Amino acid sequence: MSTPERRPTRTPGEVILAVEDLRVVFGDREVLRGVNLEVRRGETLVSLGGSGSGKSTLLRTMIGALEPTGGRVLLFGEDLHQASEAEVDHLRRRFGILFQSGALFNSMTVGENVALPLEEHTDLAADIIRIMVKMKLELVGLRDFEDLMPAQISGGMKKRVGLARALALDPELLFYDEPGAGLDPIVAGVIDELITSLQKKLGVTSVVVTHEMGSAFRIADRMVLLFDGRIVAEGTAEDFRQSTDPYVRQFILGEPDGPIPLRRSRVSYERDLFD
Amino acid sequence: MSTILVQSGRRLIDLFAYLGGMASLLYDSLWWVTIGPFRRRGAIRRRESVFQAYRLGVASLGINALVIFFVGMILTFQSAYVLETFGVVEYVADMMSIAMFREMGPLITAMVMTGFGGAAIAAEIGTMVVSEEVLALETGALHPVRFLVVPRLLAAMYVMPIIYVVASYLGVLGGFTVAWAFLDIEPIRYFHRTTESLIARDVIAGVLKAEAFGVLITLIACHEGLRVTGGAEGVGRATTNSVVRSIVAIIVCDLIFTAIFYFL
Repeated sequence: MSTPERRPTRTPGEVILAVEDLRVVFGDREVLRGVNLEVRRGETLVSLGGSGSGKSTLLRTMIGALEPTGGRVLLFGEDLHQASEAEVDHLRRRFGILFQSGALFNSMTVGENVALPLEEHTDLAADIIRIMVKMKLELVGLRDFEDLMPAQISGGMKKRVGLARALALDPELLFYDEPGAGLDPIVAGVIDELITSLQKKLGVTSVVVTHEMGSAFRIADRMVLLFDGRIVAEGTAEDFRQSTDPYVRQFILGEPDGPIPLRRSRVSYERDLFD
Repeated sequence: MSTILVQSGRRLIDLFAYLGGMASLLYDSLWWVTIGPFRRRGAIRRRESVFQAYRLGVASLGINALVIFFVGMILTFQSAYVLETFGVVEYVADMMSIAMFREMGPLITAMVMTGFGGAAIAAEIGTMVVSEEVLALETGALHPVRFLVVPRLLAAMYVMPIIYVVASYLGVLGGFTVAWAFLDIEPIRYFHRTTESLIARDVIAGVLKAEAFGVLITLIACHEGLRVTGGAEGVGRATTNSVVRSIVAIIVCDLIFTAIFYFL
């Protein structure tokens, strides 16, 4: 378990995550209706979309937590949902996830949280792991909080610890589930800064699910906009800024009315009230 | 009439699905205790198991002791009530030892454990599901069964026989208190009869029951916890389900074991 059998080559620009014709159906609801997406090494892709657009479902499918009804997810060239358990384990060590609330293990200290992937997936000695934990915590600015329990730190700090843990194995790919949610602008800015510096300094590829436009424009190389289970717009950050596409404009400017409706009912209002 | 059939049919299918889920969980747990470590996919988390055993055993011992002591006293009174009419009050000692070690020991221990162990485990794991901790484990290639279920299962298997033996003795002691204080049975006679009537088979039967009950409680609790959907309400439901289903499972299992041991 210490050295990989084959050293994966890292070509900049290669497609490391591909979503092909992805369909997800829950009961009688089609949440994803044929999504196609490619993420290249070294880029930061921002996935935008309103509530109910399917962006959380897309994220869950990409990280292997949800099985699609149709289509496939190719992670580092392997079909994530057809691979064997051992293969999936290997793949999972190559990417990290920052969950919305940090998802720290509440029975362990901050330091133990960050150490866990190292203890489980490497043969490193305990004192080396201790050093690496300090390095990861230093990266997110929380080196002094190593011995505290998650219940003793704030929401923003939990997210930063979550990021440190996601970085423990030096992953090539990182997923962020609404990293700015519930954070004050300063802490949100800190996280954005981290995302960008990870990309610049370590060549980490990032897929960020968010709907905070300010943050999105700060960090994105490319963006996709999801609506009703489909990608309705795709392009560089600059493309989006200049776009005249009504979907894009409505989302970027936060307009309450436009092609993305606030109210969607199967029955008309009048009929529903008076029948 | 057909609706009743449809309903019962559905219930039966749900039951089989539930049992299937439990069997699957048991299989996975056993895999992680035997083949998993062998294939270097991940070691048993020993420290965590010991920690869980401590929580389970130490937390429940006090209440267990109290309840079973009282049960011992109650049973002795009730038995004496009947035995008096045959003039053989001192047989109370025999009855108590056998009843405690064969039945009341495992059963009362299991019932208390359902609250302390079962409910707590279901609530804890359920909360972890809601807060995405379990998802974080899973997507970090840290298998939830290995991390959460196996330590608790091993803990229950270590702890149940110990608590059972301690509890059974305390139950007998409760009986002794009543026998001495209210039934005018000499202490020496009581203990003599107790040790005479108790045979190894009784204790083995009790230990096997206690182990089985422990496994049932833990598996049901973990299963309920891992299946939680829908936030705090879901966790509450899982906790309640865990207790109720454990009680039913324990009683059914108890009947089966008791019948088997009767004929063996």
